[in-house]
Amino acid sequence: MSPQDDKAKEVSADGAAGPIILFFIIGLAASLVFGWVIFPKLLYSQKKQPLDFNHILHVEAVEEGCESCHFFREDGSFSGIPKLAQCVECHEDVQGEDPNEVKFVEEYVTNGREVPWLVYARQPDCVFFSHAAHVKKAEMDCGTCHGHIGESEHSRVYEENRITGYSRDIWGKNISGLKEHTWERMKMDDCAECHATKELKTDVETLPWPINWLPRPYEKQSGNQARVKTVKEACFVCHK
Amino acid sequence: MKEEGKHKKAKKYGMVINLDECTGCGACMVACMAENNVPFREDESNKLDSIAWMRVYKLTNGKSYPDADICYLPRPCMHCEGDHGHSPCVSVCPATATDYSHETGIVSQIYTRCFGCRYCMGACPYHARYFNWWDPVWPEGTTKYLNPNVSPRMRGVVEKCSFCFHRYQLAMDKAYFEGRAELEEDEYQTSCTQACPAGAITFGDLNNPEHKVYQLAKPDNKHGGRPGNPNVFRLLERLGTNPKVYYISSREWVRRAGDNYLDNEDFAKNYRR
Repeated sequence: MSPQDDKAKEVSADGAAGPIILFFIIGLAASLVFGWVIFPKLLYSQKKQPLDFNHILHVEAVEEGCESCHFFREDGSFSGIPKLAQCVECHEDVQGEDPNEVKFVEEYVTNGREVPWLVYARQPDCVFFSHAAHVKKAEMDCGTCHGHIGESEHSRVYEENRITGYSRDIWGKNISGLKEHTWERMKMDDCAECHATKELKTDVETLPWPINWLPRPYEKQSGNQARVKTVKEACFVCHK
Repeated sequence: MKEEGKHKKAKKYGMVINLDECTGCGACMVACMAENNVPFREDESNKLDSIAWMRVYKLTNGKSYPDADICYLPRPCMHCEGDHGHSPCVSVCPATATDYSHETGIVSQIYTRCFGCRYCMGACPYHARYFNWWDPVWPEGTTKYLNPNVSPRMRGVVEKCSFCFHRYQLAMDKAYFEGRAELEEDEYQTSCTQACPAGAITFGDLNNPEHKVYQLAKPDNKHGGRPGNPNVFRLLERLGTNPKVYYISSREWVRRAGDNYLDNEDFAKNYRR
């Protein structure tokens, strides 16, 4: 091909390509704006909690920290969001001047009505999550999955997926599904992050050489203790 | 050390049903449906459409009076172990929606993974699997009676008896809370076991010689779980499915009815060591 031919081609290509590329870029930008900004707004409804709850204030006032209200029952089940009975132990009458407390006592305590809290971390129906296995057996921190909720002064907005009815905490704040911290997303992949990779703490084999070869008389081997790392057959561990 | 070794053994939950004691009352079926949120049809008499995880069959010896005899046979999922976990349904599932757990010996059914090809139903020789042709319809007000520990199934998926696996999950929760990793025999019992007024159903760990199921069936776990008790049999023993549901009957014709034996066949040879 001669250099002249090349030049002719470039000129003719430029004339048609300009508007096409521009159209493509505008289209792409519009799609991105719709997908990343407008769609999440349409998808999630913004709901306010019935009462604005101040965690800091309560953590200071109670004796046993988080477990004062979020405790295990004797049968090993987890209480999650406390029932009215727990709140009434302190809030039988209005103690302070906060309008939220006044509303709480007048609307709920006096009428004996449970507060319809919106549960940020509510999982779909097919999920079985055992707090006992994670908190008691594996000794995990609440914050690993729930974040620093105990340091909040106000209840944040509850965002509900209009199609599925699930909380946005499950999918995660980031619409692309990316996350920085463990508590920012609660999808199955996030459970799998630990369950597909992590061995039990006491599993000697995972430690680097030569520690894994040293005698460790004080440490018990994991054996048949329910493994953290789950295999193909283990769907029934977290599904019900 | 011996104690520790015993605890390391995997569980093999199974059931022993005494057919001499079963009266065919159907309490196990009712308890199962209520416990597991089993959907029902307007016309439950149509057995092609209805779902029953636990189903009581009526057997007759085909003889006329005075030799006529009947027997009722409750049939849950057999949770076949097969040859090292090769249950008929598990090996055909293209979605890994059903699987054999070597930790508990329970064949799982993950409804959210199942896409309803029904291959497993064809593979199951016990007809223990059922297909949801419709979404479940709960008459108004009855949703409050649903069991929150069992997720209801949607149209287009297969379901079956899970040995009340959610009860195992809850029992383990309690064990973890109390700092244990092992369950007592009575901590995990299926709904049908507890509902049977005749006490015909026994449930427990077939690997644990201290459990009643082991003592009743005396399973030879090294040889496909063959029962050691001469009055104990399993359904379709010769298929090699290694089911974990054992039946007791003192009547020979009932034991014979457990598989398709020829009239003059020596069926007991399948159980001889």
